[in-house]
Amino acid sequence: MIAYIIRRLFQSILVMLVVAFISFGLFNFVGDPINNMVGQEATTEQREAARERLGLNDPFPVQFGRFVANAVQGEFGLSYRLGEPVDEILVERLPATLELVFCAALFALLLGVPAGVYTGLHRHGFMSKLLLTVSLVGISLPTFLIGILLILVFSVLLGWLPSFGRGATVDLGWWSTGFLTVGGLKALILPSITLALFQMTLIMRLVRAEMLEVLRTDYIKFARARGLSNRAIHFGHALKNTMVPVITIMGLQIGSLIAFAIITETVFQWPGMGLLFLQAIQFVDIPVMSSYLVLVALFFVVINLIVDLLYYVVDPRLRIERSTAGGH
Amino acid sequence: MMGKFTSFGLSTVLAAAVAWPAAAETFRYSTSGDVLGLDPHINNEGPTNAMKGNVYEALIHRHPDLSLHPSLATSWEIADDTTWIFHLREGVTFHNGNPFTADDVLFSFDRVRQEQSEMVYTVQSITEMTKIDDYTIQIVTGNGPNPTLLQELPLFFIMDQEWTEENGATEVVRGAGVQTFANNNANGTGPYIIGERVPDVQTVLVRNDDWWGWGDFPEANVTEAILQPISNDATRVAALISGEIDMMYPVPLQDVDRLNASDGVEVLQGPELRTIFLGFDQHREELLDMPGTGQNPFLDQRVRQAFFQAIDIEAIAQVVMRGAATPTGLMVAPGIQGFQEDMNDRLPYDPDAARALLADAGYPDGFPLTFDCPNDRYVNDEAICLAVVPMLERIGIDVTLNAQTKSLHFNKIGASEGYNTSFFMLGWTPGSYDAWNPLNELMTVGPDGDGGTWNCGRYSNPRVEELTQMIAIETDPEARNEMIREAFQIHKDDVGHITLHQQALAWGVRDNVGEIAQRPFNDVDLRFVTMAQ
Repeated sequence: MIAYIIRRLFQSILVMLVVAFISFGLFNFVGDPINNMVGQEATTEQREAARERLGLNDPFPVQFGRFVANAVQGEFGLSYRLGEPVDEILVERLPATLELVFCAALFALLLGVPAGVYTGLHRHGFMSKLLLTVSLVGISLPTFLIGILLILVFSVLLGWLPSFGRGATVDLGWWSTGFLTVGGLKALILPSITLALFQMTLIMRLVRAEMLEVLRTDYIKFARARGLSNRAIHFGHALKNTMVPVITIMGLQIGSLIAFAIITETVFQWPGMGLLFLQAIQFVDIPVMSSYLVLVALFFVVINLIVDLLYYVVDPRLRIERSTAGGH
Repeated sequence: MMGKFTSFGLSTVLAAAVAWPAAAETFRYSTSGDVLGLDPHINNEGPTNAMKGNVYEALIHRHPDLSLHPSLATSWEIADDTTWIFHLREGVTFHNGNPFTADDVLFSFDRVRQEQSEMVYTVQSITEMTKIDDYTIQIVTGNGPNPTLLQELPLFFIMDQEWTEENGATEVVRGAGVQTFANNNANGTGPYIIGERVPDVQTVLVRNDDWWGWGDFPEANVTEAILQPISNDATRVAALISGEIDMMYPVPLQDVDRLNASDGVEVLQGPELRTIFLGFDQHREELLDMPGTGQNPFLDQRVRQAFFQAIDIEAIAQVVMRGAATPTGLMVAPGIQGFQEDMNDRLPYDPDAARALLADAGYPDGFPLTFDCPNDRYVNDEAICLAVVPMLERIGIDVTLNAQTKSLHFNKIGASEGYNTSFFMLGWTPGSYDAWNPLNELMTVGPDGDGGTWNCGRYSNPRVEELTQMIAIETDPEARNEMIREAFQIHKDDVGHITLHQQALAWGVRDNVGEIAQRPFNDVDLRFVTMAQ
């Protein structure tokens, strides 16, 4: 088990190095940060001096090596745009993104699972068809459009919810939370729904398909023959057995929620890492871009590792196979 | 909040709350991007400069109508051609209570001239600044008279020497150096105090009741101003309509009508000082798009004129810009010193004449051309270029449009890639509000041929070069204006660039804002904002 984790950690470092390398390679195509950093009156000499100071004149391997060497020491440099250490900025933005992702995931699970069960049980019901049709919208409409539509309805027409920002936040140490104020909670609603809609649809359809599958199996028939109540059969036996793949998928999707948050955060001016990243691209803020990508890679790697380990814990068959394989 | 409070920020917030309990007027405004920091000597960027101007003051203050007014200097006189005496305002204090004296001006002068400062151009011509007494300084422009000195000074902001040194922020550092205290905190003499600043989220400004100048602005009643950047256009429009913010800019052109039709919202439109133009490669022997031919058609004035006359400027102004553009024949906008009303006409739109000119020049079938264009810099920049392409194709030019993000565009057409362009779009607002600036930056290459940082086509006419040198130091306004006229006329006759238009500013304002002055440099000076009672 320990050896397994260590092996995975080594793989993770390799993955992150590759991500850093590729992203660094791509930055050559994003443009030159100098023109964003200096004003129009700057002379050619001033521009050249700035480029030299940032090390942009060095060949690619030197720049990459320097980035990795600094990153290993926990040194991610200063943002070109904000002039503050990148790690501090990321830590400042992290709570906003994680709270948003947490709410979106919760929302997707709490609505997606019951809806999936319902549509699985009442396959031909009117509500089921309605839910399935509406959920198609969630998959087919682009996130930014959903966000704008929600803003139009709930902020502009009804005036119930704020259209941008995080509302009032409270500091708990370095973590700034929006959960403790009314304004902060209200501000969370629209972005969370926007971000959750795709995942909710996914979970609903997954649960539905699994439910249909499980309901056909023999043990459900036996359970019915034993005269168990519908409730016990649906939730005690059928749903429980659909949950393993749902949890796996959801775990993996949290990574993409963080990645998808870029769009949602931009639409709602949500001061998280996604917005930071997008602004960094526009400004060609290389230290922020590279650190963000490495951080997201780290998230993916860690989540994958946890999911793998959970799988190991949850599914007894895996353990048995492994131990027998080890015995031979 | 996770914001950084200035060392004295909290106490002043409380003081202001006590002093103005009844008449609290909060002004919430938004624009597409956050200011780049608070240090008055690091970044030279429009919105950042505007924010500095609310917190810091210069010797001279520029009003929205571009007129100059005494600020930290009460008066000034010219001792001789190159020597000026400035009398400083007495009894002014910085936000932390430190008194303002000549030493602070001298200190700021040294600081703004550091290598990494972007604002050095505001004092470029000053070679020496000396203190005569605590409230008098002498300025020497050692390299010759500078007729535009006063025009340049409004963005030379004065910092408190004691505060800056105490906090170890004397050194101006950008980007990849160490971060500076002064970029996250501020201590000016101006009408507003930074209450709180969270980069990219909000900047809160609190009225400085001790400011000396409120008497000049009796109408100004904003006690608290909150700047919240919203990068997404649609969200910014929505936030204005829903009343979460009181004012925002820029309004996307397609939303102007919709906003005007909404209750309680109005769009203010006015001309901006930026001139949008197209330029040609006039220095290569062979056009980049015509390798092996040894020809550069743009070296021929007739070809440049053909391009100019091929462009239907009314179509661009009315259709692409939806009327929010003023076509121009000059490289500077009205309001800039040196603008010539009577010379602002354009060669007529005439595709037939353009074709004839091309045939005369020996290109009856046109030639291939790559057109470099930004797509996220100016109002509808890419759309303008997309409209220009068929206009040029109509006279036989085979145009390939290369529209890309500003970071790539400016790099390609600029000095760092050796002006790697044949035909490009650029826009320019003279930082000094004087015609010499575009002459020097856009229309000449300088005596050594390496000047004119944004003269991307390397247009150069010996007489214009000569005139530009003379304009720089001519102090007689009449004679100077004649020189500017001559230089502009030559540039027009040469068709050195294709001038397009000044784009319009569009600000969305809610009706709880009583008065707001729209400055033609597209930013908000809180001295000129009055909330409706």
